[in-house]
Amino acid sequence: MDYLYFPGCTLYTKAKNFDQTARNCSILLGFELKEMDNWTCCGATFPLATDNIMALLAPSRILAKAKQEGDTLTTLCAICFNVIKRTNKLIQTDQEKREKINNFIEMNYQGDLKVLHYLEILKNDIGFLKLKEKIKKPLEGLKTAPYYGCMLLRPFEEMEFDDKERPTIFEEFLLALGAQPVEFPYKIECCGSFQSVGSPEVATECAYRILSSAIKQGAEAMVSTCPMCTFNIDHKQVDIKKKYLDFKSIPVFYFTQLLGIAMGLDIQTLGFDQNEIDPMPLLREKGLV
Amino acid sequence: MGDNGFLKRVMVIGGGIAGISAAIDIGNGGYEVLLVERLPSIGGRMLQLSETFPTLDCAQCTLTPKTVETGQHPKIKLLTYSEIEEVKGKVGDFWVKIRRKPTYVDWTKCTGCGLCQEKCPSKNPSDFDRGMGMGKAIYTLSPQAVPNKPVIDPSKCRYFKEGKCRVCEKICPVHAIDYEQNESFLEERVGAIIVAIGFDLIPKENFGEYGYGLIPDVIDCLAFERLNSASGPTNGEIRRPSDGKIPKEVVFIQCCGSRDPARYMPYCSRVCCMYTAKHARLYKHKVHDGQAYIFYMDIRSTGKGYEEFIQQAIEEDGILYLRGRVSRIFRDGEKIAVWGVDTLSGKQVHIMADLVVLATAIVPQPDSKKLANILGIKTDEHGFFTESDRKIKPIETGIEGIYIAGCAQGPKDIADAVAHANASASKVQALFAKY
Repeated sequence: MDYLYFPGCTLYTKAKNFDQTARNCSILLGFELKEMDNWTCCGATFPLATDNIMALLAPSRILAKAKQEGDTLTTLCAICFNVIKRTNKLIQTDQEKREKINNFIEMNYQGDLKVLHYLEILKNDIGFLKLKEKIKKPLEGLKTAPYYGCMLLRPFEEMEFDDKERPTIFEEFLLALGAQPVEFPYKIECCGSFQSVGSPEVATECAYRILSSAIKQGAEAMVSTCPMCTFNIDHKQVDIKKKYLDFKSIPVFYFTQLLGIAMGLDIQTLGFDQNEIDPMPLLREKGLV
Repeated sequence: MGDNGFLKRVMVIGGGIAGISAAIDIGNGGYEVLLVERLPSIGGRMLQLSETFPTLDCAQCTLTPKTVETGQHPKIKLLTYSEIEEVKGKVGDFWVKIRRKPTYVDWTKCTGCGLCQEKCPSKNPSDFDRGMGMGKAIYTLSPQAVPNKPVIDPSKCRYFKEGKCRVCEKICPVHAIDYEQNESFLEERVGAIIVAIGFDLIPKENFGEYGYGLIPDVIDCLAFERLNSASGPTNGEIRRPSDGKIPKEVVFIQCCGSRDPARYMPYCSRVCCMYTAKHARLYKHKVHDGQAYIFYMDIRSTGKGYEEFIQQAIEEDGILYLRGRVSRIFRDGEKIAVWGVDTLSGKQVHIMADLVVLATAIVPQPDSKKLANILGIKTDEHGFFTESDRKIKPIETGIEGIYIAGCAQGPKDIADAVAHANASASKVQALFAKY
């Protein structure tokens, strides 16, 4: 089965490794991510002002175009997922906005597309039990902290993705790969997001809190589903080390990279060169490469 | 009975402070009262409280004389461990079917010696102590229970579960244990009915942001009452449930589920501002070097002596009031991280607490709508019984001869519940005087 796929800008630049590993894993799992034609930036943030239609046009156009190619649209980046899914929900439920948007983009889209996240395909369409059977190299003993961030889960009423306070999909995923999920209290805390542009020290502090809490609970690695979060919790570790001299780095994986290792993908294809903290020493220590 | 067949006899449903107050008034007026209570003994929620605002006097010391008076009143007939099954008829002649739950103890023989409770080997978290203390499978709600006769909870009793034990039967000096007892039904006729079934609390398991009830040291307000109570699981010492340590930083959160139309209850539960101040003060009186924080939305202290009570909490006891909500609570090692905001300073507040007390919203008894159906009276969308008129008929229901009293109508403090109950009693007596 094929899934219509919206990669988003970051997955073509800073997070190529996320995109590549997802595509490669899907082939091994028996489905294909079919990239939609002529996609654009999703808008990157969902407008919080209720009268801001302008910022909804980009995701609306994506949705309307995707509908011409299929009935579902799959994303990987948590922010794209959030923006596109919420816009879709808004078009579904708000007739006035729907008409305005359709008038402006000169298309007729009713909100009848299903917006999916890759994790949902793994959980609902393949099933974690099935996934477990397909694993070639279980990630035994890899203590991994599942980091959700905000965008996958909130606002709960619109995302309807997992429990907003106590999500479990990442843990189930890690268990299916044979890894050991580490429970830590900061798993749904904000990474600092775009503060890393305007007030980088705020984002550094957020990342430090999240990472040190996970490390305290015994995490050797962290897994993420968001390029923004990954920028803060992976790349910011350089700044964290400058401020907190005793801080010991841990690698941060995209969940598809871990899936790739477990599915037996060639390590050269996992794009670790884009990871700030090199995961190779840890993987060697665990006998996974 | 009046000359016209009008029965001058009243049934009060619910044996809490409201039901008791109404029953005593009517009994003193010379009319016969049938007091029906769901639990094994009367006293209701007030029995669980430690001290009461604004006087900080002991709840049980105020209540026990009333429960004893009720138990001994020549005009009051107690039907505890009983529930209303069916009601027919009209004012002056209601026919009522009452289900008496099996107690598995013959109360006509039982002397209330308490030996069975002492020797019962089945220990379980006690509902009365909000799961903190251990209770036995054969139990009374408190040492001063009225009536002071035990019942067996078959879901906890070893004999009922495993077919072996019968310790209470062996130990009972008057052979009152009867495992074969069945539920029985009783039919009664009364001229008027007072509904005083009280309230419940919204379960703390509803609050994902406060840990879904999974953090042992995040407790609800009634649990804190039990911790504070001399008859509670810690004999009145403030010790947190997880490890029994005396908490040095305690965070109280008001409006948990109240005044939150988007997610929980839209109304104000009316008593939380006061009892939270009371909790914090009692805590400070027992743990002098501890710090109590209260997160609040507004302080509503509109009763007599209430505002003064709050001021004393702030000025004399040094309680730190923070105006704002708490967004998240999680366990961080032995501590509980509490993240909130102080909207007056506009700053985020992070407190590493030892104990967190949630002032959970007052909600109707879960079976209030069912009882309303049986009686043919109305409830509001939440399940509180609806009065005939918000302002001038706060006691009457849509059916003549059926009245409401206490928190069954809506959240009230003890003083208001008693006043409401007294009013319902005079309504009944005025009705009886007409015939």
